[in-house]
Amino acid sequence: MGIIKARKLAHDYFKLDDEGRVESVSRAVDHVDLDVQEGEFVAILGHNGSGKSTLAKHINAILLPSEGTLLVDGNDTKDESKLWDIRQSAGMVFQNPDNQIIGTIVDEDVGFGPENMGVPTEEIWQRVEKSLKAVGMWEYRSHSPNKLSGGQKQRVAIAGVVAMRPKCIILDEPTAMLDPNGRKEVIRTVHGLNKSEHVTVLLITHYMEEVIDADKVIVMDQGKIVMQGTPREVFSRVEELKSYRLDVPQATLVAHELQKAGIDLPDGILSNEELVAALEEYRKGQRNGN
Amino acid sequence: MIREITLGQYYPGNSVIHRLDPRVKLAGTLVFIISLFAFHSVEAYIGATLFLAAVITVSRVPLSFMLRGLKSIFFLMMFTVVFNLFLIKGTPVVSFWIFTITKEGIEMAVSMAIRLIYLVIGSSVMTLTTTPNDLTDGLEKALHPLKKIRVPVHEIAMIMSIALRFIPILLEETDKIMKAQMARGADFESGGLIQKAKSMIPLLVPLFISAFRRANDLAMAMEARGYHGDEGRTKMKPLVYHGRDKMAYLILLGYLVVMFLLNRIGFFAGLWGL
Repeated sequence: MGIIKARKLAHDYFKLDDEGRVESVSRAVDHVDLDVQEGEFVAILGHNGSGKSTLAKHINAILLPSEGTLLVDGNDTKDESKLWDIRQSAGMVFQNPDNQIIGTIVDEDVGFGPENMGVPTEEIWQRVEKSLKAVGMWEYRSHSPNKLSGGQKQRVAIAGVVAMRPKCIILDEPTAMLDPNGRKEVIRTVHGLNKSEHVTVLLITHYMEEVIDADKVIVMDQGKIVMQGTPREVFSRVEELKSYRLDVPQATLVAHELQKAGIDLPDGILSNEELVAALEEYRKGQRNGN
Repeated sequence: MIREITLGQYYPGNSVIHRLDPRVKLAGTLVFIISLFAFHSVEAYIGATLFLAAVITVSRVPLSFMLRGLKSIFFLMMFTVVFNLFLIKGTPVVSFWIFTITKEGIEMAVSMAIRLIYLVIGSSVMTLTTTPNDLTDGLEKALHPLKKIRVPVHEIAMIMSIALRFIPILLEETDKIMKAQMARGADFESGGLIQKAKSMIPLLVPLFISAFRRANDLAMAMEARGYHGDEGRTKMKPLVYHGRDKMAYLILLGYLVVMFLLNRIGFFAGLWGL
């Protein structure tokens, strides 16, 4: 059963002049059809201004569609009576770790979501413990978030969402403000949750390295979905990705250039290991051929 | 440099006073302040001193921390003392030029000074032994009845705790902006008062803009996590009275009674003296 289902979803941003009249309209999301199955790990890629964040905010009903419909776990986001259900089934992690932590102590922040949902005190503590352990931040439960590193703060934010027991977590460029180590930390945590808790993950990013382990990759450009498929399928179309101003993982790029130079390598190489294996294979083939 | 400022003045510890429910401490501070101003006999001041000394000893916070707060009211205290000393009419003790110091004036000045000092120390005991968060929680719970007359108690408490959370972040940001402006030749140090105030503008404008942006982000994050006011909200760390809190209330009541009696004794003593 699909947990997220968008049909012809569109969103317009209005620019108003001083008198409040509409000066111009820009369409950030343009007739998007999207289906995400429960338990899937979906990555959405796109250049700045491609509409990926706008799309993400729809799934949490922070923004409402200008046109089309969006069903989250069977609830229409336009239905105001279902607003809190939707926010509970689709949790959201934002870009800036500082601006989404509400509590002055780590465990208080993780408890904020369950508190809002009206979960009994005892159960809040169980949930806080479980979700902090799931992201590996249990030892930091009584720390002030101000003293944590960016990656740690982001993991606390993820725990805060996990404590609400969502079916789906949307991460809106969660690693954009982190250093490489923090980035790895966060992505590893998200993959762990996807595998162990079977949470559906929607990861929005523009770092290619983060999407190679996803089940499905969606590429957006100017509000439209332009490419869709497994990472292997998407990354084998290097020229097309470049036309959307996206980089491909380095190994893929090297393989692609080698292919162009006439070396026979398979399509869709994603990691260094795969590239090395393919090159060895190629060398063996060459020797045998000789 | 600016990051080293610690906020609030919580002194971490694990004494009974630290562990008391914040509502007890709020009530205690209130009772103590009232007792200072309602009763004014020498005996009552002795009683208040003993009580304060006992609480400070139990709290195990070094006395120097308690006295730190006095610095900020030094001028206010000097004013009060000087005015009381010279302006109260009564039996003259010393007089020179146009000034007369009276017996009543001296008494009033001394008692005002004692009251102010005890007031500051008394409230320091509360702020030193209670985390800002507990204090906000305590206030929210204590002021809860005011909700009936539409005082947005929960919202005020929420604003306070968010402010507390963001103060270090904004301080850090100020530091960053200052360094960025200094790197481009801004001068925050030299010049007169007006010059200095003017040089603050390029610091405050970006700071305000960034604060608003943060507020916007935070509001979105709170909504995304299902925040919709205190309706149907549960507490992760609800305030519950323990045995020690009830004891503390009893002690407070006892203190009030004793103070009342001491004041009476003082009153009668005064009568006998006549």
